[in-house]
Amino acid sequence: MPRHLRFRIGLVLAVIAVSVWYLYPLKSSINLGLDLQGGIHLMLGVEADRHVASQTDRAAEDLKSALERKGIAVKRIAREGNTAIKVELASPQSWNDSRTVVAEFSSFDRRDDDQAAGTFRLVMNDRRVSQLRDDAIRQGLETIRNRIDQFGVSEPTITRQGADQILIQLPGIQDAARAKALIGKTALLEFKLLDERTPIDQALAGHLPETSEVLFGREVDKQTKAERKIPYVVQRRALLTGAELTRAEVSADPNSMGNWQVAIEFTSTGTRIFGEVTEQNVGRRLAIILDGTVYSAPRINERIPGGRAVITGQFTVDDARDLAIVLRAGALPAPVVILEERTVGPSLGSDSIRQGLIAIAGSAIVVFVFMLVYYRLSGLVADIALGLNLLILFACMAAIRATLTLPGLAGIALTIGMAVDTNILIFERIREEMRVGKTPRAAIEAGFRRALRTIVDTHLTVMGTAVILLSFGTSSVKGFGVSLFIGLGASLFTAYFFTRLLFDLLYMGRRKVDAISI
Amino acid sequence: MIELFKNPNYDFIGKRKWAYIISIAITLIGLGSLVAKGGLRYDIDFTGGTLIQVHFEQAPQVAKIRASLGTIQLGESIIQQFGDPREYIIRLPLVAVGSEEISRRVQGALGAEASLGKFEIRRVEFVGPQVGRELQLQAVYLVLGGLIWIAIYLAFRFDLRGGVAAVIAVLHDVIVCLGALSLFNREFSLPVLAALLTIIGYSVNDTIVAYDRLRENRGRSMPKGRTFAQQMNDAVNQTLSRTILTSLTTFFSAAVLLFLGGKTLEDFAFVLFVGVITGTYSTTYVAAALVVDWTSHVEGRLRRGKKAVAKA
Repeated sequence: MPRHLRFRIGLVLAVIAVSVWYLYPLKSSINLGLDLQGGIHLMLGVEADRHVASQTDRAAEDLKSALERKGIAVKRIAREGNTAIKVELASPQSWNDSRTVVAEFSSFDRRDDDQAAGTFRLVMNDRRVSQLRDDAIRQGLETIRNRIDQFGVSEPTITRQGADQILIQLPGIQDAARAKALIGKTALLEFKLLDERTPIDQALAGHLPETSEVLFGREVDKQTKAERKIPYVVQRRALLTGAELTRAEVSADPNSMGNWQVAIEFTSTGTRIFGEVTEQNVGRRLAIILDGTVYSAPRINERIPGGRAVITGQFTVDDARDLAIVLRAGALPAPVVILEERTVGPSLGSDSIRQGLIAIAGSAIVVFVFMLVYYRLSGLVADIALGLNLLILFACMAAIRATLTLPGLAGIALTIGMAVDTNILIFERIREEMRVGKTPRAAIEAGFRRALRTIVDTHLTVMGTAVILLSFGTSSVKGFGVSLFIGLGASLFTAYFFTRLLFDLLYMGRRKVDAISI
Repeated sequence: MIELFKNPNYDFIGKRKWAYIISIAITLIGLGSLVAKGGLRYDIDFTGGTLIQVHFEQAPQVAKIRASLGTIQLGESIIQQFGDPREYIIRLPLVAVGSEEISRRVQGALGAEASLGKFEIRRVEFVGPQVGRELQLQAVYLVLGGLIWIAIYLAFRFDLRGGVAAVIAVLHDVIVCLGALSLFNREFSLPVLAALLTIIGYSVNDTIVAYDRLRENRGRSMPKGRTFAQQMNDAVNQTLSRTILTSLTTFFSAAVLLFLGGKTLEDFAFVLFVGVITGTYSTTYVAAALVVDWTSHVEGRLRRGKKAVAKA
């Protein structure tokens, strides 16, 4: 009786049991990639520098008011690049006073002092910059996750990739365009007063005060579907933003049949500010702006105390619903751009599963039949080993929650190829040993020993390349590497323990063996 | 017992000079085609751009599709039938507008052309220019990384000559596959990259089997009077039936993928198909042959060196 037979039987049975346990039930244990089940794959780039720039802007504004509170007149204060603020004092006399104010802005370093001219620059330090960039991405991720959760997608994957990218995978989604619009919208809601003193034609020609800007509204003609752009001159400063929002609900627009609107409610701070703003500006127009587009600019008739407002536009019910979602989830701290998109419709996904499976099953059958015909009983052993190999492979993929993609299927194809090669190597070796006159048992012993050395070499080499692929490759190449690595590991295991075990059980018993069916 | 070969003893290594000519010729044809066509035809995975797969209810006329795309200034797009006559792929170059905008516009334009009938957009792939470049670099790095790993592992397990020769053999296979892609006007896409990596694995696997056999034979008492070239030839012959069997099974598997796998797997299977043949060939006629010539070159120099020492 060969050594460790009981141990090896136990080990193989344990591996089979664990594999089956991981794979049961099959429907939920194997994650299908988006290319197989349909869905959206999006790689977003976060323009984190825009967040840094807006924080610099904010600091510049704070600095200006801090200086003015101290009675220091400022001639000019402006952002330079993303991280610097250039300050020009009205008179060099206030130089020393300004220094104490500036010292409070601890995340900025003071550079390029020119006391005679009364100018200096503040540059955001690197630690703060990288912190802000990181914030932009983390908050962006959180916000997008929030939106997707509210939109209702089952099992979305939303992860950070590299320094400033976000990977989003939404399996089985039907309306790709709508999902993309929902994810990609910055959703910065702002309330700004209209500058009604500057005539529009003058503003369009570029003659407008520094504190004002031109923004556009959009109007779609119901009959012709033509889009018209309407210019507005608004004050640059936002009186209130979507950050002060608690609720956003969809309701029917009472003034326009078939259109929908979004009713919003402010936080207590927002309510207070909104009340003050409306009180101080009765008779003026307040523009409601989303991502730089003016949605409406109603005239303030009286102070609005309750902290409620409505956003109207020519919204369909879906538009309004999505707008409510993005407003509730909050604005992205920095805009995002789509770097890569792969959308596979559900029907195409199931087509490619079917075709992929047919192809793989077809090639597996070719291999199975060939082994059986050529090696007879030993061929059957090889086929069973191959089956076990696939069982372990899928179980491992289920255990580590790997996703099966089309390139992953390719990796499995190579695995099948090498697993078969493993058996062919062993069998040819055993045949060879028998040809030189060894007894069947000695031939099996020598055949396995010699062939396994080669097998270890071939497997380790290819597994090494698989490691390179799965650690440095992205998405689809990674999937290929993962299934290849696991598959070859399983192949090594079956060659070492399982195929040998079956041979031992068949030929190493007490009875005399005259020939091997090989 | 079915046996392909009984104690085969073909003179493979002896004919290596002819094989060098063939290898160089095929490599040059491949490279020539690559140069003549201005490099590989990359899929949008690597160039960036937008790919839209549309399924029409009735087989459409390409001219109609093109005309409708012309209304949104995209008449220059590449329009290809994809498998089924009702299935089309539209490739749009990189344009300034974002991916969501462009698929919306295409949908609108196709919808406006009434004669096209009902259709369904089944797949949209957009790859931005940055991602495309990254993927291109990544493909090169991955292939190089794989080759370097193979060279190191084999140099360590066998010897430096074996490692270098195996890498040259693999490189040969990569060039042949890329040349075949170019000759048959196929595109280099991510699945093709996966197939190429598969072939690298396959080819090196094959080479190791031959090397291992040589090492084993030499480890046992070395047969007297057999030159290194003969020993290598023995190793190739001894592993011949295994080589042929494995190649055939892989070859048939690739053939099944090629004919049953549908359009998506076609390019992948094509590379496998070519790669299996060249991978098997290169084991004997690139890797083994180079090791033989390299060894005899070194041994020749050693002998001449010794003679020179003896004379002096």
